Amino acid sequence: METSKVIHAIYTDDDVLMNAVKKVKAEKYHIEEIYTPFPVHGLDKAMGLAPTRLAITAFLYGAVGLIVSIVMMDYIMIQDWPQNIGGKPSFSYMENMPAFVPIMFELTVFFSAHLMVITFYLRSKLWPFKKAENPDVRTTDDHFLMEIPIHGNVLDLENLLKETGAVEIKLIEKEEAH
Amino acid sequence: MYTISNKLKTFSIALMILGLLGVGYGFMTSHKSFEEVETMLSEDASHHGGGHAVAEVSEHSNSGHETNAQDATTQVDEHTKHVEHVQHQIANRPWSALYVAAFFFFMIALGVLSFYAIQFASQAGWSPVLFRVMEGITAYVLPGGVIVLAIALASGLIGHYNIFVWMDPDVVANDKLIQAKASWLNIGWFAVRGVIFIAGWSLYRYFARKFTIAQDTASDDSNFKKTFRISAAFLVFFIYTESIMSWDWIMSVDPHWFSTLFGWYVFSGMIVSGITVIAFIALYLKSRGYLEVVTDSHIHDLAKYMFGFSIFWAYLWFSQFMLIWYANIPEEVTYFVTRIEDYNLLFFGMMVLNFVFPFLVLMNSDYKRIPWFVMMSGVIILIGHYIDVYVMIMPATVGDQWGIGIPEIASVMLFLGLFLFIVFTALTKAPLVVKRNPFLKESEGFHY
Repeated sequence: METSKVIHAIYTDDDVLMNAVKKVKAEKYHIEEIYTPFPVHGLDKAMGLAPTRLAITAFLYGAVGLIVSIVMMDYIMIQDWPQNIGGKPSFSYMENMPAFVPIMFELTVFFSAHLMVITFYLRSKLWPFKKAENPDVRTTDDHFLMEIPIHGNVLDLENLLKETGAVEIKLIEKEEAH
Repeated sequence: MYTISNKLKTFSIALMILGLLGVGYGFMTSHKSFEEVETMLSEDASHHGGGHAVAEVSEHSNSGHETNAQDATTQVDEHTKHVEHVQHQIANRPWSALYVAAFFFFMIALGVLSFYAIQFASQAGWSPVLFRVMEGITAYVLPGGVIVLAIALASGLIGHYNIFVWMDPDVVANDKLIQAKASWLNIGWFAVRGVIFIAGWSLYRYFARKFTIAQDTASDDSNFKKTFRISAAFLVFFIYTESIMSWDWIMSVDPHWFSTLFGWYVFSGMIVSGITVIAFIALYLKSRGYLEVVTDSHIHDLAKYMFGFSIFWAYLWFSQFMLIWYANIPEEVTYFVTRIEDYNLLFFGMMVLNFVFPFLVLMNSDYKRIPWFVMMSGVIILIGHYIDVYVMIMPATVGDQWGIGIPEIASVMLFLGLFLFIVFTALTKAPLVVKRNPFLKESEGFHY
């Protein structure tokens, strides 16, 4: 098992954290992860994280749902057994389309919403019996934690973090999973 | 302070003059004699390989001698009636074209007025920098409303009942259904209602404008609170009067037909075109350097409203259509039968313009910030909603004798010129950004 060293810097205010992120980024340190108890607006931008593509997947899933609904109802109502039900025209899909629209709509939304949520779980590795990855329990309540891997001069980094207003700085040896 | 550029002034005046000429031309050429219409119909029928006009005439000449004489006279009567009917439809066209264009520009202003009131009543934090733009557009409510009402009344009092058949006493005398509605649908009461609506909307507009201008130089927020209160009251008044207005001014062109969600349907078209025009004028003023405080976040918000209300419009359009299509009750369904048969491309084409295009084009968050993108989709939305009004009015007045030619285009030019002139003149009357509004700071710093 390989071990690596990281620094955990703990903050108690999100504004201080934001400024700290900007300073640390300016000094060209790589921030491994930040743990916060609530969404901090603009943190992803400050860290330079790439924008999410979940919305694009949702659009594609919605398109899949629409196609499924059309193919399903065309097969059942028009191709397989085109019965006359209350005089509704079942000669072609277009002729009876208005009656199918509510289902087309609902299935589009259903596919879009559910598959997107599942994609979110997969991408963020969330499931019921997952072991929580929490370096410090206080980060779920009122503390913010910044994790920075160390390659070289620890003292410089510790001084920089102290300057940014960290209330606690810890040097941690982390076992890597792989 | 904004000053209207000479170019814009001449442009709008040129539009009005050209439009007036075209409208005049439309009225001059719409009075066809009985014989002209008769030859036109038979030519038309022979082009299309035998329509009903030719069928009637030939049937009459072939079988007239063999069958009894009574039959022959009824056929002649039928033919005369048909030609007279078409003659009347042709005469209706310039009236309806004028009415559609007048209502279209009026509904933009009224939609903006309701949006403006909603911004106040909901205490929106993003929109105060756009208040003066909205006030400029709503300056058209009073003249626009008066023009629409005047055309409606003139079509009955001066014209030959060219828009509303229920105004024609001869029609009413033979029509039990309209007789039963005569206590509501009569010219006097129609005019009084119209005046009440226009007066109510204009009064709100006058006082809201007065209070926001007073707020600019005030030392406390009392004027703002007054605007808040009258806006909330106006919204209650508006939702009633808008509903009734839509029955009166639009639905009553088909006095045999009725639909319960018609008022909301008209409203949804109104507010989406209104918001589109707010975005247009804000973008225009910004591009001229007059409205720097409006950022792409404000445009993004407007584009979101355009997107959302386009879908809302499509929802109501479909709800109205699907309910009537599904139940297929003869007295209701004729409304859509005539539209699908005679206006097929326009009727379904506007669905594409008003729903499919905005839905796909304005879905992406990044595109909603790009001015030319918002402009392009806005143009599509406005064309779509002009067609929407067109398809609401025309089938009842001109039937299958419709066209989009000089009368229609000239009417649009006339009212576009008037609209631009009034709106941009109103914009010069006060600073383009309100002052001392309690939400102004938030609006200026608004960032999405």
